Amino acid sequence: MSAVTRSRPRSNPVHWLGYGLVGIVVLFGVVSFFWTPYALSDMAGGRLEPPSAAHWAGTDRLGRDLFTQLMIGARIALVVGCGAVLIGGVIGIVTGVLAAFATRVADDALAAVFDILIAFPTLLIAMLVVAAREEASLGTAILALGIGLSPIVGRITRILTKRVLSKDYITAARVSGTGWGSIVFWHVLPNIAPFLGVNLALQFGLAVMAEASLSYLGLGAPPPNASWGRMLQEAQGTVYTAPWGALLPGLALFALVIGINLLADGLRDRFDPQRRDG
Amino acid sequence: MALLTVETLTLATADTVLVEDLSFTIAPGERFGLIGESGSGKSLTSLAVTGLLPRAITPSGRIVLDGTEVIGASERALGALRGRAVATVFQEPLTALDPLMPLGRQIAGPVRRRLKRTGEASAAAVTAEVRKLTDQVRLPDPERLLGAYPHEVSGGQRQRVAIAMALACRPKLLIADEPTTALDVTTQAEIVTLLLDLVRDEGIALLFISHDLGVVGQVAERVMVMRNGRAVESGPAGQVLTAPRDDYTRSLVAAARRFDDALEGRP
Amino acid sequence: MTLLSVENLGFAYGRDRPVLDDISFTVPQGANVGLVGESGSGKSTLLRLLLGLESPQKGRILFDGAPLQARDRRYMHAYRRRVQAVFQDPYSSLNPAHRVQRIVTEPLRSLKIPGDHRQMAEEAITSVGLDPDTLTRYPHQFSGGQRQRIAIARAIVARPELLLADEAVSALDLSTRVRIVDLFGEIAQKMTMVFVSHDMGVVAALCDRIVVLDRGRIVEAGETAAILRAPQHAYTRSLLSSIPRMPAGQPQDPS
Repeated sequence: MSAVTRSRPRSNPVHWLGYGLVGIVVLFGVVSFFWTPYALSDMAGGRLEPPSAAHWAGTDRLGRDLFTQLMIGARIALVVGCGAVLIGGVIGIVTGVLAAFATRVADDALAAVFDILIAFPTLLIAMLVVAAREEASLGTAILALGIGLSPIVGRITRILTKRVLSKDYITAARVSGTGWGSIVFWHVLPNIAPFLGVNLALQFGLAVMAEASLSYLGLGAPPPNASWGRMLQEAQGTVYTAPWGALLPGLALFALVIGINLLADGLRDRFDPQRRDG
Repeated sequence: MALLTVETLTLATADTVLVEDLSFTIAPGERFGLIGESGSGKSLTSLAVTGLLPRAITPSGRIVLDGTEVIGASERALGALRGRAVATVFQEPLTALDPLMPLGRQIAGPVRRRLKRTGEASAAAVTAEVRKLTDQVRLPDPERLLGAYPHEVSGGQRQRVAIAMALACRPKLLIADEPTTALDVTTQAEIVTLLLDLVRDEGIALLFISHDLGVVGQVAERVMVMRNGRAVESGPAGQVLTAPRDDYTRSLVAAARRFDDALEGRP
Repeated sequence: MTLLSVENLGFAYGRDRPVLDDISFTVPQGANVGLVGESGSGKSTLLRLLLGLESPQKGRILFDGAPLQARDRRYMHAYRRRVQAVFQDPYSSLNPAHRVQRIVTEPLRSLKIPGDHRQMAEEAITSVGLDPDTLTRYPHQFSGGQRQRIAIARAIVARPELLLADEAVSALDLSTRVRIVDLFGEIAQKMTMVFVSHDMGVVAALCDRIVVLDRGRIVEAGETAAILRAPQHAYTRSLLSSIPRMPAGQPQDPS
């Protein structure tokens, strides 16, 4: 009833903080492919040295450079996050869309499966996958986390798809002769993408956290891969004598997850109001 | 003495003026019609009168309702005002009613609050008053409907319940914001007749908000036409709806007459 | 000549009470028929059946002499080239993620109609009274009336023979409604139309024949003028008498 003109979404400084934090982690991760201060397993310094000009983040128990490990850790966190979201996203979106289109009985069944799988802790699913593969590797961790995330993505996709399917433009498309495949591709996916994108960004953060937990438990990428979770685990014995060893990977993890969440908020603000339809 | 005085009312958000320089009065017992299309600001005006504007909208000007200044009043004073002076019936009673509460208990709420003020809120008194109200709004089969939930009854019955709740606090001004727009035309006719009978019998003033010129013509003695937040014309309903002076009002009246004429078989 | 003929149609959702019961009427070629009813009359379900979105449990629909086969993909492809629709809510019937060009040309692409789609879209959009520039913009940049014009352009772009409209002016403001009714009036000159509405005034202004539905049954059908002059069924009479009219007393002679 009111003549409220929609105000343009203003760019929020908090969101820029999110883009910045994620940007820094991505930068370090990418650079680590080409350059690190030292080689990963190079015992270049003394044991448990504090941060210095030679070792910006200090060294670990074996005298290896911690800054190098942090950079490699950023790379691993990003690879795990992207991989898990890709696997979880594909499985989740496909099953979610199928559930939304399925007959009543099949839909109810799929919805129940999603709920049961979501009730399983992601970490437990991941441990089962690692156990089934009988070997902990980066690929196993990514696969495990992706499978763990897929029901969450599936459930939200199903709900979003159902909401879109109830719109008149779907009926209009059918009356225009558009087949179901094209309806999914041209009408459903573009309209659930903004919401789904935000959700996937949040899942990315969760996957990074879960990978750190897996590594901490020794179920993640095996040494010498320097995942932040593994760094935390290795530093826990020396947390009183050399606190930076635990503090820095912890902070890095915190920064990435906070950054991702702020970025997701920013994405939502950017895509939500303009595309709002009614 | 006017029951409601609105003087140079302006409603604005940080970057948009929604209602500008609006003035009108409603006398006790008078039936006043506010006509406007979507975006005219008519519903916001009614929210301003009851002090229920969203936070983002800032009112300026003056609104005096039953001797109380509404703009700038405390939430407490507004609550008291809404309890005794003004009640609102909305377009869609399904969203105005609590979906999880039987209809009878929803009517009993405002009844109990009023009786408490006068100090005789016994269960028997509340029940008797609820029955009186359901009779007044001609709710059919009250035994069954009072125990039913909002989604179990028809739109017309829900609107009767909403009217009963509005009457429960014995208001001096009843605001009806598009009360028949969501209803079928046959039900609409019944609800309009009911509203008219009630305000006449009880001497309640009526602020009737609608986009439907025919309905406003049936209900109101005096009307004001709004467009884009401004009043474009006001006067006795008979005059504005039969001999409009403003171009916009004229186009609205012509549009309404077009469909009326079609029903009479005149092309 | 009869273009559309509905014979003893019956329909129910699941095991519920039938929504439509023994519905029969015909739509002559070039006619403009109004289906009038209040909520629960079954008029929207009837329209879904006519669009082939649901299949009737009883009776049949004949289009151009042959039965409508909602489950036959090839038949429906041909049917949709000839039958298009406009819906009630212009805020829900246009995909917010697409430009108007893409929206208007959807039937052309989906039905694989040859020709210059861009040019056909421009013709359709100008024939509904909008600027060709509209095509490059998104639906949220337009008002309700303009959106409904866009929806109409999509419905006529493939030059159908039959246009079905479902409460297509009900969500619009009065002044917009008059203009869109006029637009439908123009379009009805060029094709057969079935106009579903709860608003007797709109149907009276637009349609030359009326079918009145009440609780899934046809209570009355005939020429608009005849029904308005002398409604036969009690329900039609109450429908007509319930409509609030403008106050009389407009000076007939301004002198």
